[in-house]
Amino acid sequence: MNLSVQPTDLSDRIRGEHIHGSLYTDPAVFQEELEKIWYRTWVYVGHESEVPETNDFVLKSIGPQPVIMTRGADGEVHLLQNRCPHRGNQVCTRAKGNARRFTCPFHNWTFENDGRLAAYAFPEGYADRDMSELGLGRVPRVASYRGFVFGSFAGTGPTLADHLGGAAETIDRLCEHSPEGEVELTAGFLQHRVKANWKFVLENETDGYHPAFVHASIFKVAESGLGGLYGDRSTALTRDFGNGHTEIDLRPEFRRLDRPMGWFGTTPEKLPDYASAMAAAHGADKAREIMIDGTPHVMIFPNLFIAEIQIFVIQPRAVDDTVQHVTALQLKGGREMNRRLRQQTMGSVGPAGFLLADDSEMYERTHRGVQSLQPEWLFLGRGDHRERRDADGYMVAHATDEVPSRGIWQHYRRLMEAA
Amino acid sequence: MLAPATDEALLRRVERFIYREARLQDEHRYEDWEHLWADDAIYWVPANGADIDPEQQMSIIYDNRSRIGVRVRQLLTGKRYTQEPKSSIRHFVTNIEIVGRSGADIAAACNVMVYESNLRGETIWAARTDYTLREADGALKMARKKVALVNNDKPLYTLSFLI
Ligand code: FES
Ligand SMILES: [Fe+2]
Repeated sequence: MNLSVQPTDLSDRIRGEHIHGSLYTDPAVFQEELEKIWYRTWVYVGHESEVPETNDFVLKSIGPQPVIMTRGADGEVHLLQNRCPHRGNQVCTRAKGNARRFTCPFHNWTFENDGRLAAYAFPEGYADRDMSELGLGRVPRVASYRGFVFGSFAGTGPTLADHLGGAAETIDRLCEHSPEGEVELTAGFLQHRVKANWKFVLENETDGYHPAFVHASIFKVAESGLGGLYGDRSTALTRDFGNGHTEIDLRPEFRRLDRPMGWFGTTPEKLPDYASAMAAAHGADKAREIMIDGTPHVMIFPNLFIAEIQIFVIQPRAVDDTVQHVTALQLKGGREMNRRLRQQTMGSVGPAGFLLADDSEMYERTHRGVQSLQPEWLFLGRGDHRERRDADGYMVAHATDEVPSRGIWQHYRRLMEAA
Repeated sequence: MLAPATDEALLRRVERFIYREARLQDEHRYEDWEHLWADDAIYWVPANGADIDPEQQMSIIYDNRSRIGVRVRQLLTGKRYTQEPKSSIRHFVTNIEIVGRSGADIAAACNVMVYESNLRGETIWAARTDYTLREADGALKMARKKVALVNNDKPLYTLSFLI
């Protein structure tokens, strides 16, 4: 393979295990990604527990686009664009609240929280024109899976179930940890900004090669079992579910250790109410299995990262401007767990987190690094000699192997080559 | 409600304490800085406003005394990459006031601006800082420090130096 010629064609910048550095830094590529990925495929927007009551709303996003997520009078979740159909003013400037209607402050047009135009000022000025089309823009397709709400700007295309494919099972695995089968996002979000391309963030979420090094400082000073999970002798796996979804499957390692709640650094005895609620919900044996396996570590393409105890939502704002929105997972019916989940999340993530501050440093250094001219290509071949299909047909390999990145780029290529 | 303090000498002492803390932070003297904390200390950098409930909502930092120790020890490993090389920083502290007293506790407040230069570039941070200072063995210690960044409801770059 000749890698020395500067490629111009986008599909020529992904050559098997070699990725051209310009894919992370070229503003034209970013524009094309918005069109072919962010404004076309299913993108995670928010969780139903963020709008629990009728008329609740919260400001969310799909890529750089702000999106208002509302719980309408009809009880349904709606995704609206924050742009007045009159002359374009933003209609919502509060991060969250409860409102049956949104009023544009510019000329006082008023909208129902499902987007319909409710009223407009001085109506004589429009004679008997039909104004019914002049509602707020809507994200054409909205679907949710176990409370996780996704939106797609494409009017047609694969269903959310098609898109999630085998990765839906990881969300089931997460929800099982709630005695009521539901997670809630009620602790508010930190917003951590990096001057780096979103795909560095995306790929790093299921990169099991870096923790031993990037996080050596915290593994050393805080007694954390995390280090061993990502060691050379770990039995944990990386997995490519297809459609860009990837995980690090830590269950083999936790099953080998065979300690209920070991994944969370604790024991059922220290969480008696939670342990008995889990046993009541699932039966003792199944509850024990769930508490050994732990919650998933899965990256749902392109922007939802479920990271054991918290979720991250990746938001690209420009080719070199990415925000990670992060909050602690809260388990419905798991009160004893929830404070610890918040405390551990606050320690680990966000701008000052023991883990994420160092990850973000790597994103930014890598973003600057790939702008050096030589060598032009990144190499993602780690573990290709030992990858194999698991019983479900998904590609797996060692926890530190680059199966996830290869899977992400394959899917990326398919999306970007589509007309 | 705490009675307003009028003691000029105490105000001078509080100012000297706050300036010294800022200097230790600027110079990355992590262990000396850790010694400024009382045993039951809380170091709090809220997110999404200045008055959230840190027991229910996510904060940027919500460290008890033992976690302050972890934070310092992580910096001391030399492998806290976001601070290797260390940010070059200067704290500018103004508007220091004693806003209340209660037993041995002194409530003080100030405005802080921090100029940071690191590998990414330059960043300006601004905050309202509230202290609870406590007299112990003839010295002041921080029992509580709350740093309310003015933009803590917006996306923030990494904040890994001691604010
Ligand atoms: S721009 Fe909204 S009413 Fe005119
Ligand atoms: Fe990491």
